[in-house]
Amino acid sequence: MKRDGKKIIFEKAGDLPPMAMSLGTTEYNETGSWRNERPVVDSSKCTGCGICWKFCPDISIKEDANGKASIDYFFCKGCGICAVECPVKAIEMKEEEK
Amino acid sequence: MTTIKDLANKGNLFTQGHRACAGCGGTVILRLLMAAAGKDTVVVGATGCMEVVSTIYPYTAWNVPFLHNAFENSAATASGVESAYRALLKRKKTDKKINFIAFGGDGGTYDIGIQSLSGAMERGHNLLYVCYDNGAYMNTGIQRSSATPMGSSTTTSPAGSVVKGKMQNRKDLTEIMVAHNLKYAAQASLSNWSDFVSKVEKALAVDGPTFINVLSPCPLGWGYDTSLSIELSRLAVETHFWPVYEYEDGKYKINIKPKQVKPLEDFLFKQARFKHLKNEPELVEEIKKSVEEKWNCLLQKESSCK
Repeated sequence: MKRDGKKIIFEKAGDLPPMAMSLGTTEYNETGSWRNERPVVDSSKCTGCGICWKFCPDISIKEDANGKASIDYFFCKGCGICAVECPVKAIEMKEEEK
Repeated sequence: MTTIKDLANKGNLFTQGHRACAGCGGTVILRLLMAAAGKDTVVVGATGCMEVVSTIYPYTAWNVPFLHNAFENSAATASGVESAYRALLKRKKTDKKINFIAFGGDGGTYDIGIQSLSGAMERGHNLLYVCYDNGAYMNTGIQRSSATPMGSSTTTSPAGSVVKGKMQNRKDLTEIMVAHNLKYAAQASLSNWSDFVSKVEKALAVDGPTFINVLSPCPLGWGYDTSLSIELSRLAVETHFWPVYEYEDGKYKINIKPKQVKPLEDFLFKQARFKHLKNEPELVEEIKKSVEEKWNCLLQKESSCK
């Protein structure tokens, strides 16, 4: 199974839902559409401490090439825990636009 | 000591895309639990929020073998799996070290599953039971459980003009587990993540049954903004509402003694389930008294069991 943007590509019969033999298959569920507010990282402030990663319930914080936090909007439900817990206040919640 | 980098390098054994509410504390618990346990782990989950959101057919959020069973028997099932593993060891069909973890919410642990949990602990199976305590049956619509704190309003103990929410004090499950003569039992909070991770590591290293109780903030059931989950678990520790301690080889140890104790109101009035208590100062005093009594009792146990 592969993910291409929002599309899921099934590669073999075992990947198809009725079989459900693969582990970790919820990785293909888009939960980002639940969001009302989106977190935006100010990379000039981010120190790359990893606290947001640790407390994110949806594991949608990733490390970018410079070791700073970046957000996977495919999964982020916009709870705002990262913005509250960030020690340097580098994450800001902005209203989601259509 | 485990650092954030160590945890990050272990990969996601509990993955994205699960259907938990935004800001759910329980999923953070499972993430940290799995990061601490590593991939050679078998997880047994009782029915409850975390089972429902992580394993909606035909998907699974687990990257480890996961077994779902009924509300009441996650500990019994886990002990069966563990016995099968020991039989395989005896016949030399495997020599791998495997961790066994059973988990349940407070409904599946404090109320419905306590019988099978008690049995598994008494029989001495080598497993870790983790209870994520969100203080009610959140999955079925916020009904009261025996973990619901006094004064809390739930759908089956609603706050009205006569009865002000749940009138009974919560059960102390960690103490019940200590009474089983476990080698290791602990209470942890998400706000002190490294403490929780080291407790899981400690518990898995013990040969025998172990128990960890973690406070799991629930935005929907407790009634607060989704961004405050970790903040509330921090306040619960700082107000003595949820003491973070461990019981190891007959000795108590309080891991976190807040330097400055915050007033309990800071914790209570951030949540809608306690908002009716603003007009009930006597009840707040009663809750404060029971919280302080518990804390002092714990301090005494810590000093007398040294």
